[in-house]
Amino acid sequence: MTLSKDDVRKVALLARLELDESEIEKQGEHLNNLLNQFEKLQELDVEGIVPTSHSMPVFNVFRKDEVHPSLSQSDTLANAPESRDGLFIVPRIIE
Amino acid sequence: MSNYEAVIGMEVHAELLTDSKMFCSCRNEFGGEPNTRCCPVCLGMPGSLPVMNRKAVEHVIRTAIALNCVINPNAKFDRKNYFYPDLPKGYQISEYDNPIGESGWIEIDINGVTSKVRIRRVHLEEDTGKLSHVIGDESEVDYNRSGVPLMEIVTEFPPDMHSAEEAYAYVTALRSILTYIGVSDGKMEEGSMRCEPNLSVRPVGYEGFGVKTEIKNLNSFRAVLKGAQYEIDRQIRILQSGGTIIQETRGWNDARQETFSQRSKEGEQEYRYFPEPDLVPLDITQEWIDEIRKTMPELPRAMRERFVSQYGIPEYDAGVLTQARSVALFFEQTATLCGDPKAASNWIMGDFARLLNMEGIEIHQSKVTPTHLAEMIKLISQDVISGKMAKELFEEMYETGADPRELAKLMGPQISDESSLGAILDEVISSQRDVWDALIAGDEKKFGYMVGQIMKVSKGKANPQQVNRLLRERVQSS
Ligand SMILES: [Zn+2]
Repeated sequence: MTLSKDDVRKVALLARLELDESEIEKQGEHLNNLLNQFEKLQELDVEGIVPTSHSMPVFNVFRKDEVHPSLSQSDTLANAPESRDGLFIVPRIIE
Repeated sequence: MSNYEAVIGMEVHAELLTDSKMFCSCRNEFGGEPNTRCCPVCLGMPGSLPVMNRKAVEHVIRTAIALNCVINPNAKFDRKNYFYPDLPKGYQISEYDNPIGESGWIEIDINGVTSKVRIRRVHLEEDTGKLSHVIGDESEVDYNRSGVPLMEIVTEFPPDMHSAEEAYAYVTALRSILTYIGVSDGKMEEGSMRCEPNLSVRPVGYEGFGVKTEIKNLNSFRAVLKGAQYEIDRQIRILQSGGTIIQETRGWNDARQETFSQRSKEGEQEYRYFPEPDLVPLDITQEWIDEIRKTMPELPRAMRERFVSQYGIPEYDAGVLTQARSVALFFEQTATLCGDPKAASNWIMGDFARLLNMEGIEIHQSKVTPTHLAEMIKLISQDVISGKMAKELFEEMYETGADPRELAKLMGPQISDESSLGAILDEVISSQRDVWDALIAGDEKKFGYMVGQIMKVSKGKANPQQVNRLLRERVQSS
């Protein structure tokens, strides 16, 4: 399987990465390299093996349902590029 | 229009009743000053780590039990990746391929006919922040809701529902169950429960499926009924006039009672799900499930059936009384205390429900207690007050929470003795001479009017049976 330049552009868009032509070329090579490694892995017979999502045998790490103090409103908004009346202001998304 | 049938699936989201959020210790509460219940975790700050809220997980297990699901012992969380300003991390923690509950069902009733609606999955995720579009090219974001535990319940495919009434019956039955087991407050108006039907129509007898649309922004249970019906009619109209349905999301405009196109679903989102590396998987043991099962309350359908057999009230009454658990419990206590279940049911479904509705509160928030309502019902059956007096007394009791026996004393007793009633009769006959003459001349319609006047002059205290009898005797002897 080989990714085309258009595939790379699509992946870049999904990740919100702005790549120029030479970067698309370069990233395409990297990605194809990666995919080749996975193709190698796919040669293994994994019939009947449950997919592993976590490698550590640790389960059920919970916290109690308890409320602890939150940040102050001004701390929450401290890094906001723009805010008003306690709210984050963002560019309007038009679908 | 009769040669088409609808096929309706439903996605329901319910915010869970916990004190804190899903993966952090910020308060989980509706409303409040914007951005005051936020921390690095629910703001998606780099380096912050989520930790699961045990109670939220138990709420979903509890729901899975109530919805007759198979519980997945190895449930885990996954990341659903997309960019939107209400999602600060750039992904939502959700469950993709191992949801907590699968393959469940509930029963619904339409006109006395019971049917099953199968449920495909019940899973746990986190809610997003709240985005408001303001005028111009800006939007405002409040992250108080970001990270609130959110449960998603999806019906099975192919869907079992084929009418707007079934869709309505399903969401209201689901609300009853979720509120009974205490996992959700089921308030569609406040957005803590959100119902999104997906709907298509097809010619009756056709095995395939039509193009479906999804309805969003339904802001009440009534809107589910209206919105689904509108959409069924709209799709049938289009097909009958030779048009085609576009696969899209449609919003519900409550003021205009119609759906409108929001966006087409052509560019289907790619969420690139993968296992959440910051959380370890769940291990839901049989012991844990059994422990939760032990704390399950009686569910609405079981309670309804029991009310019919144990208290002898009609199916209809039992259905209404068991919609909300607080009402069912109120009824049960009142019925037990007064020994007259039907009277208890009538008061709770009638005057009481009307007053609660007007005030917009729930039965357990009212000043009336089951003990007081039961006392009042006993005062009626013991002939201390008339039914008409009771209506007035009940309103007083509703306003003040006073003891009905005290109120009955203040109102004075019911007038039942013949001489007092006779005096009132004389008074009304002389003031309503024309009506009286017409009545004795044979105009029977005037009888009720005269009774009404007598009740009015007695300020509702005259015993209505006595009044009827005495007036009839007078007419016959005149
Ligand atoms: Zn937080």
